[in-house]
Amino acid sequence: MDSVTGVATQTIVKPKRRRALKRNLTGYLFLLPWLIGFFCMAIGPILASLYLSFTNYNMLKAPAWIGMQNFTEMFTGDATFTHSLKLTFQYVFLSVPLRLVFALAVAIILNKGLKLLGLYRTVYYIPSLLGGSVAIAVVWKKIFSGDGLFNRFLEIFHINAPDWVANPSYIIYSIVALSVWQFGSSMVIFLAGLKQIPGEIYEAAAVDGVSRTRQFLRITLPLLSPVILFNLVMNMISSFQVFTSGYIIGDGHGGPIDSTMFYSLYLYLKGFSYFNMGYASAMAWVMLVIIGIFTAIVFASSKYWVYYGDGKDERS
Amino acid sequence: MVLRLNLSKLWRHVVVIVIGTIMIYPVLWMISSSFKPNAEIFSDMGLWPDSFTLSNYVNGWRGIQGYSFGHFLINSFIIAALAVIGNVISCSLAAFAFARLNFTGQKFWFSMMLMTLMLPFQVTLIPQYILFHTFGWVNTFLPLVVPKFFALDAFFVLLMVQFIRGLPMELDESARIDGCGSWQIYSRIIMPLCVPAVITTSIFTFYWTWDDFFGQMIYLNSPKLFTVMIGLRSLIDSTSTSNWGSLMAMSTVAVAPVIVIFLIFQRYIVEGISTTGLK
Repeated sequence: MDSVTGVATQTIVKPKRRRALKRNLTGYLFLLPWLIGFFCMAIGPILASLYLSFTNYNMLKAPAWIGMQNFTEMFTGDATFTHSLKLTFQYVFLSVPLRLVFALAVAIILNKGLKLLGLYRTVYYIPSLLGGSVAIAVVWKKIFSGDGLFNRFLEIFHINAPDWVANPSYIIYSIVALSVWQFGSSMVIFLAGLKQIPGEIYEAAAVDGVSRTRQFLRITLPLLSPVILFNLVMNMISSFQVFTSGYIIGDGHGGPIDSTMFYSLYLYLKGFSYFNMGYASAMAWVMLVIIGIFTAIVFASSKYWVYYGDGKDERS
Repeated sequence: MVLRLNLSKLWRHVVVIVIGTIMIYPVLWMISSSFKPNAEIFSDMGLWPDSFTLSNYVNGWRGIQGYSFGHFLINSFIIAALAVIGNVISCSLAAFAFARLNFTGQKFWFSMMLMTLMLPFQVTLIPQYILFHTFGWVNTFLPLVVPKFFALDAFFVLLMVQFIRGLPMELDESARIDGCGSWQIYSRIIMPLCVPAVITTSIFTFYWTWDDFFGQMIYLNSPKLFTVMIGLRSLIDSTSTSNWGSLMAMSTVAVAPVIVIFLIFQRYIVEGISTTGLK
């Protein structure tokens, strides 16, 4: 498109420059709201929180520079911090794989051309839509309580189960269950990915006598691997930030006995209950680094298991 | 039904129906419990109330500290509506700039936008709070609404960029030949064609704002400004544990708009996730 104007303007320099100026002006005018937001509410605050992480700041007095003290305190003197980090890792490593496995399994079943696909998809998707809200967390707390729906259901099979909400050793499982229950959005993405795999590949494989299991391992998984990567990264990043479910199903202060003291909750309490804004900022940066490292690891590993259809992949 | 159901097909149906029932049961149970007397919520696993009552709704609706749930609903709707307007305008402007205009530094800013996509909100949380605090905006709707007018939800910018890139470039070219400027191309040609992307953006902005708990909890302190989710949270504290009925009733009220909107716009939602998820 630019080739025509390019030839014409080569000889006439001035209008070209003016046109470029006008083009840039228009571009930046359209981009202006985003630019303001980016500087004032994204990159500015990010740098500000980096600065605050080296200070002691309670919003009443000016921030006082204390160097690495927040960070050393975190990793050497703050048992609650270490606990919250461990708990969050436990949550991420339990909920993300379970969620993805469920999402993929159900997507594969639904993809086999069942009747009423639309209805099933709706039923499976609704929990993802509602699951993040306080309302469902409230219901969840009731369902998994000692005399709740879930234990009554287990009673039918004569299983004597603990109180999944009041018991500190079990409450994380009810929170993980709430997360896994919301596998629908990942499932919809898997379904869209499965639709793009041409049916002829399977037909050819069937003609060659390739078993169903091998078809799944050698055709479905490799061709779906970019979608798996996407879902894995997205689920991981959001799981590290778990807050509402723990806040509502627990007591909002990390209890019972710190069993719901997830990283985000501890950060929130540090910042907005104890008004230790410097420490909370330091925690936010540690979180950013942790999420960054894990995302980098996943992306680095992806060259061994994600297949981009460039014909170079030799494993399959 | 088809008579010759082969066994594996039947098996798949059974699996899908069983899991589906488990998936939807908590939601149905919440709705049915909201019509049951308190004693029955604890004793009955079933969905059909033995004795039907509306008293949970009457009790729950009273809200807290003199502000009814109706008041909280209105607050939630105001915030969500303003957020939708803000996101649609600001994200579409940015998306048009990225997808259709040509200016120095475009690629750089685009990659910056992609970077913000994966940023955990905690990193900006505290300085943002301090900023809004110095503006005197804490305990108003402004911190929840104003950022939406600055295209900070990069997800929707990306969604619209992809949608606009899918529109034929010839439209713009012929409009330019006819003497249209960039603004007219944006407002008269691109935006009307972007309706599906705008609907997806609106629905998800509505959901995210409606379900938002963290932001609303930090910025809204007085019961007069409480939203549905904050009201619900306060209801847990203020009601005795035996009064689960009204909690179930108000939880049902809180999720009702989400479900209704989903049933109306299902197609856009599913397409929205599928397309943005993949490309």
